[in-house]
Amino acid sequence: MAGPEITAPALRDPRNYSQIPALQPGAMAAATPYIANEKIQEALGFPGKLVDDWHDKAIARMGELLGKYRSFKVFMDACVHCGACSDKCHYFIGSGDPKNMPVARQDLLRSVYRRHFTLAGKLVPRLVGARELTREVLDEWYTYYNQCSECRRCSVFCPYGIDTAEVTMAAREILDSVGMGQKYSNEIIGKVHKIGNNLGLPGPALENTLEGLEEDVKEDTGIDVRYPLDVQGAEVLLVTPSADFFAEPHIESLIGYGKVFHAAGISWTLSSKASEAGNFGMFIGNYEQLRKVALRVREAALELGVKRIVVGECGHAWRVAYSFWNTLTGIGAGASDPFAVQLQSQLDHRYKQPMHICELTWELIQKGALSFDKEANDHRVITFHDSCNVARASRMGDTPGGQFEIPRNIIKAVANRYVEMAPGTTHEQTFCCGGGGGILTDEMLELRVKGALPRMEALKQVVDSDGVNFMATICAICKAQFTKVVPYYGFKMSMIGGVHQLVGTAIKLGDK
Amino acid sequence: MSAASWFFALLFYVATAVLLIGVGRKIADYARTPAPLLIATTPAPTTRGGVWLRMLREVALFESLFKSNLWLWILGMLFHVGLALALARHLRYFTEPVCDWVVMIQPFGIYAGLAMLVGLAGLWARRLWLPRIRYLSTPSDHLMLLLLLGITASGLTMKFVSHTDIVAVKVFFLGLMRFTPQPLPADAPLYVHLTLVALLMLVFPVSKLLHAPGIFFSPTRNQPDNPREARHLAPWAAQLERK
Repeated sequence: MAGPEITAPALRDPRNYSQIPALQPGAMAAATPYIANEKIQEALGFPGKLVDDWHDKAIARMGELLGKYRSFKVFMDACVHCGACSDKCHYFIGSGDPKNMPVARQDLLRSVYRRHFTLAGKLVPRLVGARELTREVLDEWYTYYNQCSECRRCSVFCPYGIDTAEVTMAAREILDSVGMGQKYSNEIIGKVHKIGNNLGLPGPALENTLEGLEEDVKEDTGIDVRYPLDVQGAEVLLVTPSADFFAEPHIESLIGYGKVFHAAGISWTLSSKASEAGNFGMFIGNYEQLRKVALRVREAALELGVKRIVVGECGHAWRVAYSFWNTLTGIGAGASDPFAVQLQSQLDHRYKQPMHICELTWELIQKGALSFDKEANDHRVITFHDSCNVARASRMGDTPGGQFEIPRNIIKAVANRYVEMAPGTTHEQTFCCGGGGGILTDEMLELRVKGALPRMEALKQVVDSDGVNFMATICAICKAQFTKVVPYYGFKMSMIGGVHQLVGTAIKLGDK
Repeated sequence: MSAASWFFALLFYVATAVLLIGVGRKIADYARTPAPLLIATTPAPTTRGGVWLRMLREVALFESLFKSNLWLWILGMLFHVGLALALARHLRYFTEPVCDWVVMIQPFGIYAGLAMLVGLAGLWARRLWLPRIRYLSTPSDHLMLLLLLGITASGLTMKFVSHTDIVAVKVFFLGLMRFTPQPLPADAPLYVHLTLVALLMLVFPVSKLLHAPGIFFSPTRNQPDNPREARHLAPWAAQLERK
């Protein structure tokens, strides 16, 4: 697409990150993703194009969601417009568009909720900011609910815990139900159903790729590290984002996972059926799609007879796996119903189910099962970017906050030079990379560049003060987004990578 | 008994009924609506006890607001703590004999009124002058602050400017509670105060004041972080497994 040239917004004064951008109404009104065509929509059971009675259908769907999701219902009522969230969204910070303030984004939907579902909105609409659902409002929903990365940063600061991600999911679900689906996300979900992964990589291609990888690692290290596919009876099923199979720098982490399994002597396998950890069903807020995509992992686990299920470096996938898999598919523990017990009786409950690859690696490190040549990473000065879904929607390890400590512990165990970015930009207050939530597509590049601003500011600080030249992250979307947008801020794309890339660099294979 | 006394008696019966039934229905609605997925904002407590503590910190100390914005937290605290104290101070109009602790806090109640005034004025100033807060404010947001300011100011007027016969006010409210209405002193600030309070009670169930019961039902705050250890399934989601 030959659009206007995109320039990154100016970095703010590092002494005063709390400064708030001047409002620029309509600044991002044109940043709208491509709409899904009939074929894409119908493959997911959604109407192919905008239905004639979209108004009534949308209101009816809203009513249905209000009855199914307590979060949505409470969040529609509880907001007091205090503005605690108003300066917390990276898209607002980067663009100044007031509709990118979380509360304003929610109000696009809340205003219609008030009109149709509250007494005050029916009696005195103007007084309480209620409005009718017009075609303009519908288009506005499509635009601005596709400018939310569902990163939940706003939910950290809301005194009532209102999570804009939940509102965005409801809005996207309503839009899908009237035929206004988003091309990028819905096309990807279609590919998962049809081929097995987001990238549409068929089984034979996957096999080839993995064989090639084995050769590369052999050439590099002289050791036969295996990257097995569909191995019946393996102990571990590794489910990882499909970007790990061929995208840079993602593949470096896949190499690292394989080296960890090799060094620890754990038998493992990938699955051609579940060759994707990502689950865009979450992004579009559709429970049935979320469940259907997740069920592939259950089926693969049952077929292969594995004892453990481990998830690779992917943020939203880990949220789905950690927080939702037990609910959706029975991957987890503590169930008494036959559906979930079928799988749970197969799994080995001495281990967490599912387990994050970082949990696995850190456990092995603590047991002394892995050894490292830390100096191999000495050319790198490393910082760590907490991915939003890992930070604010999941956990690792046994105690709250383990999702922050474990990846950092691994980095410090495999490398000597580690630097932390500014507080307020990491841990639970981490900034989204700017490409999450189903907007990692070229037509959204301007928004993505602007949304990366706060993370780029924090990165610039440690680059200048400590010479940081490597930002590690454990998310396929973060990796893809950052490699694309960091050049706009004057950084090299090679400074982005995975935690298991660092592990792979330093790990000692063969005889210890 | 004067017509005004009858009017206020009726007004408070209606307002109390609307408040209790309206909020009660909302609470029942929130409680009945399922939460199909575990969506606690993490790091979150892993146990029920931990969740209670988190909720307590959220409700009593406004923990999340504190993380967000110190000025907003100070203003919000001034108002809400002031309100809690002022309400507690008002218990003396509804109880006979008056509990010891209610007697003890009487002097603080006055400062509480002043704190409310400062808090509300600050919150309104934010709405008026900060561009982004002005942008997101609806007319009802301004009116709600005005209503609360009116209640606070009329209340303080009766303390500092023109005293009302509070013994008679107490007789009036005890009468209401015993369903034997008694006369209300004819006093302009009192009439204003009581009208505005009744108005607040009437709009409570249909306004953003629902944030008060709402917080307790907020899944990001009231769910434990234990999805791997226990299976969480909503009734409508369980249906999908029977297909």
